[in-house]
Amino acid sequence: MSGLSALFYKELLRFWKVVVQTVVAPVVTALLYLLIFSHVLESHVEVYPGVSYTSFLVPGLVMMSMLQNAFSNSSSSLIQSKMMGSIVFVLLPPLSYLEFFLAYLGASVLRGLVVGAGVLAVTLWFAPLSMPHLGWLLAYALLACGIMGALGILAGVWAEKFDQLAAFQNFLILPLTFLSGVFYSIHSLPAFWQSVSHANPVFYLIDGFRYAFVGQSDTDPWLGLLVSGACFVAISAITLLLLRSGYKLRH
Amino acid sequence: MSQETPAIRVSALHKNFKQTQALDGVSLEVEQGAFFGLLGPNGAGKTTLISILAGLTRASSGTASIMGHDVVRDYRQARRALGVVPQELVYDPFFNVRETLRIQSGFFGLKHNDDWIDEIMHHLDLTPHTDKNTQSLSGGMKRRLLVAQALVHKPPVIVLDEPTAGVDVDLRRSLWAFISRLNREGHTILLTTHYLEEAEALCGRIAMLKAGRVVALDETKNLLKLTNEHCAQFRLDAKSIPAKWQNRVVQGVDGTWGFNFSEYADLESLLADLRGAAVRVLEMRLQEPDLEDVFTDIMKRT
Repeated sequence: MSGLSALFYKELLRFWKVVVQTVVAPVVTALLYLLIFSHVLESHVEVYPGVSYTSFLVPGLVMMSMLQNAFSNSSSSLIQSKMMGSIVFVLLPPLSYLEFFLAYLGASVLRGLVVGAGVLAVTLWFAPLSMPHLGWLLAYALLACGIMGALGILAGVWAEKFDQLAAFQNFLILPLTFLSGVFYSIHSLPAFWQSVSHANPVFYLIDGFRYAFVGQSDTDPWLGLLVSGACFVAISAITLLLLRSGYKLRH
Repeated sequence: MSQETPAIRVSALHKNFKQTQALDGVSLEVEQGAFFGLLGPNGAGKTTLISILAGLTRASSGTASIMGHDVVRDYRQARRALGVVPQELVYDPFFNVRETLRIQSGFFGLKHNDDWIDEIMHHLDLTPHTDKNTQSLSGGMKRRLLVAQALVHKPPVIVLDEPTAGVDVDLRRSLWAFISRLNREGHTILLTTHYLEEAEALCGRIAMLKAGRVVALDETKNLLKLTNEHCAQFRLDAKSIPAKWQNRVVQGVDGTWGFNFSEYADLESLLADLRGAAVRVLEMRLQEPDLEDVFTDIMKRT
């Protein structure tokens, strides 16, 4: 077992030991959103012709849950072990910054995918989804969890207090995921906000992921893949540079 | 074997934190198999030095190596050769004792390490707590687990940063028995402590740090020779003593008289004068110079 796989295993074990909080809770939350919004809007809103509102909503909810949980996994693990001081157990062994990054990233991606699969499993009953593009589905799911997992590492390393991480989560991650077309199509927005949405990478993730389910989207899924891929590379590069420099970990 | 690679080599190490200079040109070597003490008041730079050895802190300038491996350039080999017991009582509340030790082994690339883990747990009396969550361990048990975690990869060099701070007598004894055994088996030990009698009893060689500089570095027995301040304590059946001695013999709050001297002849002449003044000695205790005297002395002088 290399150091990398041990750290990956440790991170998996960590979230699995609190599975009610890390997997079951977000699945229930997504289910509540589905019940409420589809009850209120099902008969009033049809975003794409021939696609019911619930069918429109399900992919958005799955993606939103994946985004939030992938971020939450790496960021909360890091801030907790920094506050507890147990981060030294990871810093003392001969692990490289790349191994450190990959282990936390891998665990975040897996947590995101497990939550996403859970949300999909309970919401599928409410909306018939044809899932015509499995390749797109996997590509977007992986990219989304990757981006947020890496961002979570960045935030977890940067934050010195729970408070700072909560600010990051509540003022950046939450608005980004809520205002990126989970509940609506950006075509229903005024022109100004439509163009703002096009500058939001999370919008492409949700839009492309939804395309995989309903076969319709606001933008070309290839464009979304390009934007998301570039975004993942950029965030990973910044995070790796900081980790290599020992930023806030090795003073 | 005088040309043997030193277990720890530190040369011209400087470390500046924003305003303060934590290390100001520290150089020292610890040879393999040594039991080495690093002493100094709070803020002297002991923990900073250890953190640099462990790769937790990066030096502003200077170099450090463990068993010949530079702690920055060859960090993998350096960290594989080093086991650190941190000063803070830290633990990961998600895991039990065995999981903690298995995971820690994994970080060092060791997969089937259960035999050794069982052995360490046995020696540290952790075996009855194998399946307990780390959060539910007492302070002493958490300390033992920290020692165990530092040993999972059988490091030739072991660093203990104030391992007995706030630890009860039992644990202190069993901990020292175990650490001494590891030392006899060939492990190099670097110890920081505020308990100077521990350092005196255990360490063959000692470095004293003050404000980021090495102010003393020698074998413990040589350091002890640096001071010949003996101390005698008396209980006398008199309210005062001959005027000649009033500057040197001081009465404490508990009524006993203390006398510091370096030559026994001084003590003799004091006793003679007391007898001459018909002062009877009811009780007398002699204290030989110890490391604490040397330490206080050096810290005052430098």
